[in-house]
Amino acid sequence: MTMRKPEPLIFELSRRDRGATAQYPSPEEADIPAGFRRKQPPPLPEVSELQAVRHYTRLSQLNFGIDTHFYPLGSCTMKYNPRACNSLAMLPGFLGRHPLAPAATGQGVLACLFELQEMLRHVTGMAGVSLTPMAGAQGEFAGVAMIRAYHRARGDTARNQIIVPDAAHGTNPATATMCGMKVREIPSRPDGDVDVAALDAALSPATAGIMLTNPSTLGVFERRIVEIARKVHEAGGLLYYDGANLNAILGKVRPGDMGFDVIHMNLHKTFSTPHGGGGPGSGAVGVGKRLLPFLPVPVVARDGERYRWLDERDLPGSIGRLSGFMGNTGVLLRAWVYMRILGAAGMRRVAEFSTLNANYLLARLTEAGFDAAYPGRRASHEFIITLKRQAREQGVTAMDFAKRLLDHGYHAPTTYFPLLVPECLLIEPTETETREELDGFVEALAAIRGEAESDAASVKSAPHTMPVRRLDDVRAARQLDIAWKPVAA
Amino acid sequence: MLDRIGVRAIDDLFDEIPRELRIDALTGVPEALPEMEVARLAAARAAVDGRPLNFIGAGAYEHHIPAPVWALASRGEIYSAYTPYQAEASQGTLQIMYEYQSMIAGLTAMDVSNASLYDGASALAEACLMAVRAHRRSKSARILLPATVNPAWRRVARAISEGQGLTLENLPFDAAQGRTDPKSLDRFAGQDITAVAIQQPNFFGQLEDADALTRWARANGALAIAAVNPVALALLAPPGEWGDGGVDIACGDAQPFGVPLSSGGPYVGFMACRMEHVRQMPGRIAGRTVDAEGKPGFTLTLQAREQHIRRGKATSNICTNQGLLMTAATIHLALLGPAGLERVARACVARTRQLVEALARLPGVREAFSGPRFHEAVLQLDRPVAPLLESLAAEGIIGGIDLARDYPELGNALLVCATETRTEGDIETYARALGRLLGRAAAA
Repeated sequence: MTMRKPEPLIFELSRRDRGATAQYPSPEEADIPAGFRRKQPPPLPEVSELQAVRHYTRLSQLNFGIDTHFYPLGSCTMKYNPRACNSLAMLPGFLGRHPLAPAATGQGVLACLFELQEMLRHVTGMAGVSLTPMAGAQGEFAGVAMIRAYHRARGDTARNQIIVPDAAHGTNPATATMCGMKVREIPSRPDGDVDVAALDAALSPATAGIMLTNPSTLGVFERRIVEIARKVHEAGGLLYYDGANLNAILGKVRPGDMGFDVIHMNLHKTFSTPHGGGGPGSGAVGVGKRLLPFLPVPVVARDGERYRWLDERDLPGSIGRLSGFMGNTGVLLRAWVYMRILGAAGMRRVAEFSTLNANYLLARLTEAGFDAAYPGRRASHEFIITLKRQAREQGVTAMDFAKRLLDHGYHAPTTYFPLLVPECLLIEPTETETREELDGFVEALAAIRGEAESDAASVKSAPHTMPVRRLDDVRAARQLDIAWKPVAA
Repeated sequence: MLDRIGVRAIDDLFDEIPRELRIDALTGVPEALPEMEVARLAAARAAVDGRPLNFIGAGAYEHHIPAPVWALASRGEIYSAYTPYQAEASQGTLQIMYEYQSMIAGLTAMDVSNASLYDGASALAEACLMAVRAHRRSKSARILLPATVNPAWRRVARAISEGQGLTLENLPFDAAQGRTDPKSLDRFAGQDITAVAIQQPNFFGQLEDADALTRWARANGALAIAAVNPVALALLAPPGEWGDGGVDIACGDAQPFGVPLSSGGPYVGFMACRMEHVRQMPGRIAGRTVDAEGKPGFTLTLQAREQHIRRGKATSNICTNQGLLMTAATIHLALLGPAGLERVARACVARTRQLVEALARLPGVREAFSGPRFHEAVLQLDRPVAPLLESLAAEGIIGGIDLARDYPELGNALLVCATETRTEGDIETYARALGRLLGRAAAA
């Protein structure tokens, strides 16, 4: 399969005074004094409507998406995004509503958001939920800010350390730093669980909390979670649950029951809102009783039959506002549609089938001679294989396998993350893939290993069928070209 | 499949989870509904919210969205793709990012742009944090934040920067003109100020003396941060040209480009800066490079700033941004071009002028400020605003926002907005309804 040839920049299609004139409003006089005015028109492209439509259609065809390809990107939960979620969130009543219009004129959307808040609260086993964070990283920020606010409110101001396992997403330490905390990293054991002895050594009167992903980014469930929670709580710290892998346990076990005090959920992962080429996300947070007063605002409340927003006046202890309005409402509506279509039993099937698919894929790849990073462990909804042996024996790296997979019609898994497993592929098939698709993926990986044996050079120079060959990242960073500029006339 | 794994039942796959933690059923989540039923429920709720006539801006603006924008942005190849980690299989997304960055850089007249942040409010917060990193000689982390900046954005900037010890100093505004008086900065002269933020047009819709404020920042060793409405940039001097040398960082919300009001989001924050600060900028950036055969192509670049590489030392924790909305904004700008965008901006100014004239003609209503403005204005009324807005809403008119909470010093003040989407008829409808209410109240 050869994909489309590269497409020129929209600026290169531009000709002076061309335009999609049907989109222009009628001309009007604007009384802006000369001193405030722009002197040169902005350097935007001038193209016809058809040119724009054709250009962006062609660009879309240069992409892999879930709708076109198996996309087993570990830790990203690239499952099917039901079309109904998009079309129903874009109903005119929802879409045309100004966020500051009185709540009396938004009872429909508020009802959906309230139900979503409640469903998420139950799914996670927490006491309260705020939907406002606009992505996972902002949910993390809200979580750590609440932990900080909690300690401060108790006068416990010496607690300035956040413990983070070495397998954590980079956002965890970055978030802790953003919140003014110090990061204390602890190692994982060879079996993938947290090193509890190292945790013991790290806990101190300076411990504000710990950030854990469970199942972890190593694709295994943290078996000593109850003991870890007890130890952290005894040391005066709180537990933060990174919800990146919530998909694996939906309806089977709840973070609140494990002892977590605060959680963020990636609605764009677990609740299937689209990734959109890198967003929008949505990082709703849930909290236990202790953190309820600190939830970010606004939060939806129900007074009898009416819904309204709670703000700083209702929650004076709140960590405050993280978005200009109330978060990514359109994403929240998509998650609401998804949850209503799946229902309680469907939520459990998500965990069951994603775990089944992952363990099946792991079993088949192991049979095919690939090395599991954590043999003997159950896979969660994802797992890691390490290509250390292939790299040593054949000189073909995880990156080479990843690039060659594109030629075979599969998006690559996550590569080189987590950082502690060498030459790793983090593979997350999700529950929405068929067995046939998984079998095809196993065959493709086995075929690439065969190619590496017979013609390593062609694997090392892959991809061969994409619109471009492997790109020069070093040049991209050194000879920075990140904005087109008009050629001076 | 279970045989292949070597287990008897799916539940066996969860046997590493302590038994006492596992649950057998979910409570609090309703049972499944067919798509048809959910569609019926959603349609009924959307119908409850209806399509009232809107005169609110305040950070989110109703504009015409060309039909191709969402027809294209909703294509599965765009909608269902992830962050372009595998560049060779994501050239579409990456090129759109590059085109978007170029458009934002061009509109703001700044050197470079990132590929989006969450929204305008969080972009301003990130700009404040970025200024502290970028201004190495300044040790104070003090930022002057005028009271004319959107109050919600100021709250967000405070909430997000608080953990890093920033001090955001309030600047009062001139009561007659509704804009920051550059002289009010003089009391900070000689002090260590990290940056001055300027919103143009400001929250009241008035135009700030952006040149004077930018010059003050430069003369006093502070960086300048601009928060701008991107539609206004079709008419107004871009931040890259303010005060001779331009600002250091420009940010804002690109929601007016193809992104529906959508009850509050998702919108799309933008950020642009001078090249010298690019390594302090948060968020994804696409770069143009060459492939192994020397052909041009696109890839994510400057990733050494980001959390997945730098972890605790990253410029920000942001990873997911607003890719889909960034795409919509890019398509929207490609369709409008410089001529179309200028028409939109002019229509906004003209409609707002008509709206203000129509409302200020009513007894008990007057314009709060003199001086040039863009597409919002503050009106002062002879009685509390909130009850009037409630009555208007009952008639299907969203009449603006009450400023009593954020600006009690303005008395009974109402912030209104009219974009190109409001017709003369709409304005007349609003003026007549408000006139009736004022008359009725006066007679009572």
